[in-house]
Amino acid sequence: MAVQEVTSAQEAPKVALFNDPKIRSWIFQIVLIAVIAWALWGMISNAAINLEKQGIAGGFGFLSNEAGFAINFSPFIDYSETSSYGTVFGVGLQNTLVIAFFGIFFATILGFALGVARLSTNWIINRMAYVYVEVLRNIPLLLQIFIWYKGVLALLPTPKNSIDMGVFGAMNVKAYFAPKPVFAEGAGSVAIALLVAIIISVLVAKWAKKRQMATGQRFPVLWTVLGLIFLLPLITYFIVGQPLSFEYPTVGRFGPRGGMPVPPEFTALLLALTTYTATFIAEIVRAGILAVSRGQTEASYALGLRPGQTLRLNIIPQAMRVIIPPLTSQYLNLTKNSSLAVAIAYPDLTSVFAGTALNQTGQAVEILLMTMITYLALSIITSMFMNWYNAKMSLVER
Amino acid sequence: MKLKILSAALGAVAFGAVSSASAATLDDIKAKGFVQCGVSQGLAGFSNPDDKGNWTGLDVDLCRGVAAAVFGSGDKVKFTPLSAKERFTALQSGEIDILSRNTTWTMSRDTQLGLNFAGVNYYDGQGFMVRKELKVSSALELSGASVCTNTGTTTELNVADYFRSNKLDYEIVAFEKADEVVSAYDAGRCDVFTTDQSGLAAQRLKLTNPADHVVLPEIISKEPLGPVVRQGDDQWFNIVKWVHNAMINAEELGVTQANVGEMMGSDNPAIKRLLGTEGAFGEKLGLGNDWAANVIKAVGNYGETFERNVGPNTQLKLPRGVNSLWSKGGLQYAPPIR
Repeated sequence: MAVQEVTSAQEAPKVALFNDPKIRSWIFQIVLIAVIAWALWGMISNAAINLEKQGIAGGFGFLSNEAGFAINFSPFIDYSETSSYGTVFGVGLQNTLVIAFFGIFFATILGFALGVARLSTNWIINRMAYVYVEVLRNIPLLLQIFIWYKGVLALLPTPKNSIDMGVFGAMNVKAYFAPKPVFAEGAGSVAIALLVAIIISVLVAKWAKKRQMATGQRFPVLWTVLGLIFLLPLITYFIVGQPLSFEYPTVGRFGPRGGMPVPPEFTALLLALTTYTATFIAEIVRAGILAVSRGQTEASYALGLRPGQTLRLNIIPQAMRVIIPPLTSQYLNLTKNSSLAVAIAYPDLTSVFAGTALNQTGQAVEILLMTMITYLALSIITSMFMNWYNAKMSLVER
Repeated sequence: MKLKILSAALGAVAFGAVSSASAATLDDIKAKGFVQCGVSQGLAGFSNPDDKGNWTGLDVDLCRGVAAAVFGSGDKVKFTPLSAKERFTALQSGEIDILSRNTTWTMSRDTQLGLNFAGVNYYDGQGFMVRKELKVSSALELSGASVCTNTGTTTELNVADYFRSNKLDYEIVAFEKADEVVSAYDAGRCDVFTTDQSGLAAQRLKLTNPADHVVLPEIISKEPLGPVVRQGDDQWFNIVKWVHNAMINAEELGVTQANVGEMMGSDNPAIKRLLGTEGAFGEKLGLGNDWAANVIKAVGNYGETFERNVGPNTQLKLPRGVNSLWSKGGLQYAPPIR
């Protein structure tokens, strides 16, 4: 049958090449690509010519030049005034990632809690969550950043009257001086112990699931895993002689110094991004849970599952399928919103690279291009991860 | 605002809308009927809107002078407030015709940005301000301090150089807007506020208790502040340069806003050349021969604008110091008009 069809197609009268739909679609696509390439080339060469005409230096050579200015927050990358503009880019990217990571982490926790609270049958909890969500998501984010920065953190006491929080360090208007962990010899073995504990946990969980599938017997996975992850590193810690100590801030002429200062710019931005994005996540979570039909809960109860188990084993896994795609957008939003840092001197990518570095070098086209591509890449990586997670969570039919 | 300018600039460079660099800025200005002048977002004495919304200040007067030279009236000028970060892009993209915004003349800015500095309107230097209660008497005692400043300024680089070369430990907190710097310093976020000395005098007025603060004696840099134009239009560059020179020459020759009318009848050949009653110096600039007379009618000579905006009788109380005429021991010196 199929063979006959092919032969009849071959025997069909010859059509003009241009009228062949296959060839035609190829031609159109090639033309489209050529037009786009031509437009891009035109823009790039035009930009280069115009920049040269205006006497503006071009190229990416500036990235290896010495920056000459200081940056007050760089938790992982070693940065000094003698570092290059390339390092400035790294520091900016690092600070954007740090704020995005913590923001996403806390916003997710707060958002889930609020979303569940919005559905609570307890009237006070329900209404409080409702008011929180409605107020915070309807006030512009920039305003909220300013409120946290100027209305809350700027009112902390002066360095002289710092709040001394004992083992938690000190706090004043200049920063929160957290105790800085100092790792002595042997700290590495604690980290290795933690890694080993995690690997064993994964194996145990896999084995337990397999056994349950085969025999129906259950194994207390949660307690085993918690015990492993806490106890193994703890025991190692004491065996190798407590290799961790804390450096506390000391009082200098200008108030506390040392320790691990967390600037108020970071704190304000983190608070604002977290509390703002959490409202959207709360609504997404609420919608996700409501999307799971009431019959699912009833079916669970009929099977004898308790309310907690119903939520954990039945409702949440199904709700996640509805939650994940819009949640991805919120994560992307949070990452991009972190560029509002520029308003309060938190040295993120926009502020320190597309801001300070741009101004000191004047390489507007190159720097803005790099910054845009970086944000694009960050967003694409986040969505790729979330898509992978979504595929993993999606309905598997057996 | 900032994004708008940047994207406008990007768009302009990418799509070839930049004609201003090579075309005659003067013709464009004459066609549109006013000069577009980039100024600060509010720096008392230099460029600051008064309670009626009129821009005043030393930098503003230079723009008004340029407008008077072109149109005969110092009012044919529009002002664009710009942050330190936005200023060069705004000029490069053609959004403004002249940048008169307490901008330091440095080699890299002059050679890499496609811009030209048309003179020095104010000779300044960078200083530090601290709270009196800290009992700091020298910048060398500032080890461990947090320092507030503006991003995208020479200040930011100077302070890094100074603390590094003196082996002092410090934390920099750099804001984009000048007002943010002031409010952060006022709130105690920083121990030190650093900018040009003139800027310290002006911003101090915005603090809750100006008297609680003291400016340290060290001046750590040279900050020649002056007007900037785009590179590639020599005629416009010359106009701005010579308006500034004319104001200095006028002070040297004793021509003031009040007596410019009667000076028109002066016998002094230098004054006659300045005011256009002899020679055709204005024509060569593409202006009327009374260009300089119009400048002085509109804003006065350099000394008058200094006294009116930043001098000892103003809120800023800045001494004339190095900004005196060369003949009085200062640095302000203009080539002769001949």
